[in-house]
Amino acid sequence: METTMSTPSDSAIAGGHDAPRIAINMDGQRDVAPRNAAKARAEGLSFYYGAHRALKDINLEIPERMVTALIGPSGCGKSTFLRCFNRMHDLTPNTRYDGAIHFYPDDFNLVAKDVDPIEVRMRIGMVFQKPNPFPKSIFENVAYGLRLRGVRNRALLEEQVEAALRGAALWEEAKDRLQASALTLSGGQQQRLCIARALATRPEILLFDEPTSALDPIATAKIEELIAQLRDQVTVLIVTHNMQQAARVSDFTAFMYLGELVEVGDTSRVFTNPSKKATEDYITGRYG
Amino acid sequence: MATPTLPSNDLQTVRRDVASRKVRDQLFVVVGLLALFACLLSLLVLFGKLVMDGSDRFTWEFVSSFPSRRAVHAGILAAWVGSSLVMLVTACTAVPVGVMAAIYLEEYAPKNWFTGIIEINVTNLAGVPSIVYGLLALGLFVYKFDLGQSIVTAGLTLALLILPVVIVATREAVRSVPRAIREAAYGLGATRWEVTKDHVLPYSTGGILTGMILGLSRAIGETAPLITIGALAFIAFLPTPPITDVAPYVSFTWLTDPFTVMPIQMFNWVSRPDPAFQSNAAAAGAILLGMTLLMNAVAIYIRFRFRKSINW
Ligand SMILES: Nc1ncnc2c1ncn2[C@@H]1O[C@H](COP(=O)(O)OP(=O)(O)O)[C@@H](O)[C@H]1O
Ligand SMILES: [Mg+2]
Repeated sequence: METTMSTPSDSAIAGGHDAPRIAINMDGQRDVAPRNAAKARAEGLSFYYGAHRALKDINLEIPERMVTALIGPSGCGKSTFLRCFNRMHDLTPNTRYDGAIHFYPDDFNLVAKDVDPIEVRMRIGMVFQKPNPFPKSIFENVAYGLRLRGVRNRALLEEQVEAALRGAALWEEAKDRLQASALTLSGGQQQRLCIARALATRPEILLFDEPTSALDPIATAKIEELIAQLRDQVTVLIVTHNMQQAARVSDFTAFMYLGELVEVGDTSRVFTNPSKKATEDYITGRYG
Repeated sequence: MATPTLPSNDLQTVRRDVASRKVRDQLFVVVGLLALFACLLSLLVLFGKLVMDGSDRFTWEFVSSFPSRRAVHAGILAAWVGSSLVMLVTACTAVPVGVMAAIYLEEYAPKNWFTGIIEINVTNLAGVPSIVYGLLALGLFVYKFDLGQSIVTAGLTLALLILPVVIVATREAVRSVPRAIREAAYGLGATRWEVTKDHVLPYSTGGILTGMILGLSRAIGETAPLITIGALAFIAFLPTPPITDVAPYVSFTWLTDPFTVMPIQMFNWVSRPDPAFQSNAAAAGAILLGMTLLMNAVAIYIRFRFRKSINW
């Protein structure tokens, strides 16, 4: 069954960029660029908190429908880099982007001043370090992104909420209590709810900032399994301080140190045969 | 000079040390309880005294009669109706204005020297003596806008008075919505207004309502600014009813009617030489205090309810 989901936002997103409208079928597969083509590319990206330059001239390609992991010691700028992709820094005064993150296939600069951050966030979703469900029902949490996009039809909302919850492997646990408060879920379930909430709006890139650092090992394993599956429908960029996690879930790994991108490559290559001394020191546990 | 040494770890020393520190701990409990009882006791004594002095006046007649020259026939009808209507005007103006101002300051305003000055001023306004608001209202509402010595003037005056309370309470409530929740909403593509109306406001309703009720319970006891604008102490009629039997069935003429309020009625009775009026004053005082305590109780209940449904 080929149904395309069309919400008012689709045209709003494409506005001004002459991009082909992106069709999404029921399985969430996007009929666009082949896997592995660039979905986004940071080019000479620097970022400033006031006078503090937290990112220094970063060049990195994010391949379509692959999982790219960002690793590096605490404070090296992983979160800062991740939050450039959905312009989260625009909420913090006195911050500045320099350089570009090209977004494909539309080919525009995500961090350009004249690109509206809201437009960016409608296409790039994020899952945070600590589960942050809204203190509303499970259903309303997942439906919120669609409501923002003007979806009012109850049947469509229900269908999409179910699809998103299935996509986040939460449907079986949540289907009988959709009207219960999201705060009654366990930590791991809350985090999967946050993933469902982000998935419901069919993002093209999904950002994860240490999504399992507040969870127990079993909940962590579920989320990791989920991220590996998400690869089929969405481009994933994940920050993790856990190297085993990076090795388990990612196709590519980028190592950052002191605001710079030191090395990037196939995950297996980076972990078995790092080309830089700093990378080797970090993955062998000499610091971090 | 002896070289400093660490206290030894043997059982005796440790026990003696813990015991002596616990004495100080207990001491604080005693001091704290004393302070608490001093407050509670004076309130209780005050309330008890009012109830006793006014005991023979707690009748339906007292509540349903206009003031009279004879103490036994005098009642608080005009006063409590006046107080209620003035509070209605105050709530309907101070709450929307205060909430919008607070939301703007917290969610929208850039953090610069200008908003800094506004912030400091709002906090300081809470400390301005209430009679100053009365003077302001006399000049502004009574003379300039020609609203007269009316319910609307009184309501607006008290609204000004409690505006800082509402603003400060709303800001506190808004600030307690975690940043993570805002980020979640922004992350889905919400605008500032959507984040405010869908999340920040609903999650801080408890705090806002609490601030509103605390403000109103301060306003209901205010006398000085209302005397300044010329509230009457002796009123033997009620304002025009807000609901009429001819279309459009609501009337706003009551807004411009003269009025009196509970504390002014009390003040009037207290200042009379006839001792019989003193028990009227005491009874009215007890009722006013009861109203205030009731409002505070409602505020506490609301806060409790919202805390229970939303705990971050
Ligand atoms: N809001 C902020 N204001 C100023 N400096 C910040 C802010 N957030 C992070 N930083 C600084 O930016 C650097 C990178 O931080 P971050 O991206 O959070 O690191 P990571 O996620 O890799 O642990 C650190 O030096 C940190 O102190
Ligand atoms: Mg981080």
